[in-house]
Amino acid sequence: MIVLEKRPQPSQAWSLATPLVAVLATMFFGGLLFAALGKNPVEAIMTIFWEPLFGEFSFYYRPQLLVKGAPLVLIAIGLSLGFKAGIWNIGAEGQYIMGAIVGAGVGLAFYPLEAWYIFPLMVIGGALGGWAWAMIPAFLKVRFGTNEILVSLMLVYVAEQMLASVSLGLLKNPEGFGFPGSRNFQSYASAYNADLIEGSGMHWGVVAAFIAVIFAYVLLNRHMLGFHIRLTGEAPRAARFAGVNPARLILFCLGLSGALAGLAGLFEVSGPSGQVSIDFNVGYGFTAIIVAFLGRLHPVGILLAGSLMALTYIGGEIAQSEMGLPAAAIQVFQGMLLFFLLAFDLLTNYRLRLALKEVA
Amino acid sequence: MTTPLLSLQGLTKAYPGVVANDTVSFDIGAGEVHALLGENGAGKSTLVKMIYGLVKPDSGTMLLRGQPYAPPEPRAARADGIAMVFQHFSLFDALDVAENVALGMENPPAMGDLASRIRDVSETYGLPLDPYRRVGDLSAGERQRVEIIRCLLQDPKLLIMDEPTSVLTPQEVDILFQTLQKLSSEGTSILYISHKLEEIRTLCDHATILRLGKNVGECIPAETSAREMAELMVGETLQTPERAGRDFGAVALDISGLSVPSPSEFGTALKNLHLTVRKGEVLGIGGVAGNGQDELLGVLSGEISTDAEAVKLAGEPIGREGPTARRRMGLLTAPEERLGHAAAPDMSLTENALLTGSVREKLEKRGFLKWAETQGFAEKIIKAFDVRTPGPDNAARSLSGGNLQKFVIGREVLQNPDVLVVNQPTWGVDAAAAAAIRQAILDLAAGGAAVVCISQDLDELMEISDSFAALNEGRLSAPRPTTELSVDEIGLMMGGAHGIEVAHV
Repeated sequence: MIVLEKRPQPSQAWSLATPLVAVLATMFFGGLLFAALGKNPVEAIMTIFWEPLFGEFSFYYRPQLLVKGAPLVLIAIGLSLGFKAGIWNIGAEGQYIMGAIVGAGVGLAFYPLEAWYIFPLMVIGGALGGWAWAMIPAFLKVRFGTNEILVSLMLVYVAEQMLASVSLGLLKNPEGFGFPGSRNFQSYASAYNADLIEGSGMHWGVVAAFIAVIFAYVLLNRHMLGFHIRLTGEAPRAARFAGVNPARLILFCLGLSGALAGLAGLFEVSGPSGQVSIDFNVGYGFTAIIVAFLGRLHPVGILLAGSLMALTYIGGEIAQSEMGLPAAAIQVFQGMLLFFLLAFDLLTNYRLRLALKEVA
Repeated sequence: MTTPLLSLQGLTKAYPGVVANDTVSFDIGAGEVHALLGENGAGKSTLVKMIYGLVKPDSGTMLLRGQPYAPPEPRAARADGIAMVFQHFSLFDALDVAENVALGMENPPAMGDLASRIRDVSETYGLPLDPYRRVGDLSAGERQRVEIIRCLLQDPKLLIMDEPTSVLTPQEVDILFQTLQKLSSEGTSILYISHKLEEIRTLCDHATILRLGKNVGECIPAETSAREMAELMVGETLQTPERAGRDFGAVALDISGLSVPSPSEFGTALKNLHLTVRKGEVLGIGGVAGNGQDELLGVLSGEISTDAEAVKLAGEPIGREGPTARRRMGLLTAPEERLGHAAAPDMSLTENALLTGSVREKLEKRGFLKWAETQGFAEKIIKAFDVRTPGPDNAARSLSGGNLQKFVIGREVLQNPDVLVVNQPTWGVDAAAAAAIRQAILDLAAGGAAVVCISQDLDELMEISDSFAALNEGRLSAPRPTTELSVDEIGLMMGGAHGIEVAHV
């Protein structure tokens, strides 16, 4: 019999080793999965993890890592603050969409004026859009005690309908020959979120993601508010005793995560994506939940996890096109990563012990 | 008489560090209503758990109708005709009465049969209950009836009731007593656990009194005064300290007309509380757990908001202020529950020092934390209160209960409060540590602070408090100087046999 024994102290070593062990276990069992599908497992794993970084076409894939990683990190940082306090914003996807719609709307309202202040205004608009969308579940929870998981999740689908509506109506490109979707920001210099260094993939969203990581790190480790967030997650009653106002914390955490998701949406719509369109969102808001946990809700961990997730996305696409792996297999592979992480995470607080039969 | 129904002979049960029952012996006759009386921690629960098969005695034997009886589990006890109604109910709100009853039976009959049997029993024993009502809609008293009927359907020979009246209204208590008397007249024995003396005098034929795990006396309640029973329950060995009347300063803490509804289902509402504590005074608040202690602490810590004027600190109304503002003004508190309330289990001692110390110890500057100073404060607590730990980086949960308690009390005492409120400051703490904590409280008072000490340990309250009051069902008796009080007066204040106030619950 194997017995789980609670450690008196959380193990520092396991806390650091868990993500690595989880990645290795995912590689192994993912390899088995690919082998079962009749593909060469070593080649598949190499394609996913090696090809985007050092392969023949890495000059194209490397900037893509930043482009895909930045929104994941930016959203996950916001979510992690709430998750730490036990406030579950599952609707980042919706806040991402609303940020994109509002931010793009601000930019398009100025078209064709060229001015330096347009892009900053769009950034503010994006943050406000995401914030406002997240304040709906926050307000309902504080005022009526509704479940923020359900409300924020359902608002994702409302946001998707709004996206479809504005793509076909309010924000539709008047010169678009009737095709759905807004004007392309690529041809509107004042509103375009261009690469800061040509071809590097380094756009303003990447900068914002790095700033968010630093901000979150300082907040959690050096600031009273961050301490209260951690305390609320660890021991809600002790947090009340310490003087934390739960309602204010809910408004802050949901609001901030919504604003960051909105920012991610704005940077995406005005840069890599280029326009508001019906299928503009690709699930960053949901994947960011995995990234937040994969990064153990730690800012630096999230930075690494976001990069890893972006890698499996890009590597997965390469594996699909080059090796003919089904998309579902790649999704299973990503799911395994979270599964193993959570499973090995147990070892941080518990140790395994073999209980011998003769011990009564 | 003939053989008793159940005979307990020298039952002993020890847990690490405490002997819960020490060679307890007594008999319960057939059809007798037998009271088991004692303060919290006297060992009543452990004793009935042994009878019900939940706990195995270390030594001693039980005889049921003269036959050796050692139930390995509650199912065996039920098969032998022993049933128990617990203080907290185990019912599913979403199911109806009959379904709940069926869940507790070994071989439940068809629903229709069961419903009619429930009706029969409820009519026979005067416990009106509709088998098809949802439990979620029932009052506490009706829920208890479900539990009782569940027991009665087993046709028990001995019914154990653990503090049954703590959740009942006076009318419901009357109904319950009629039922119990009818049961006893039909030959069912009842073991009735309580610390409410007047109840026991009305209902019970015989009483066994436990103190510190020992059977310290038996009596016939109808022929014994509440005063005598209280004396047995509390013990005569209380040491009232010789304490010259000291001069106290101005009023530091003033509660007047404080009423607060119960914050949770099993909580207690506070009813029209009045108290004043002056500088340098230690007010001891006794009473059995669950009579409003946690709520009183919450009201004082700022976790429960009240009318602004109901709580005053040095004349300032603070009823609406939160915990942080109160700390800034000099009112500090230490709750009973160490892990999860007074301290965050998985956080380090340094972080836990910050938990209440941030304002008064100036551990933050415009919101930014000063970790070096915080660690210094944690080390100061560890040193001053002899907290046994490798260092302030260790998680709170890695400390033993006593050590963590020293840390929690030390954290507040070292912040030099004007008013300190502690709940159960020495619960589960070894004697040496307890003495150190009490000394720290006395030193604080000698330095001019006002102290409110809520505790169930009467010896402790007698040792450190200048005046004494007791909480009973959310009401506070008028505080009286400790030196004027006799042991039986204290017992009566606690047991609720005191004065007119309690007659109308």
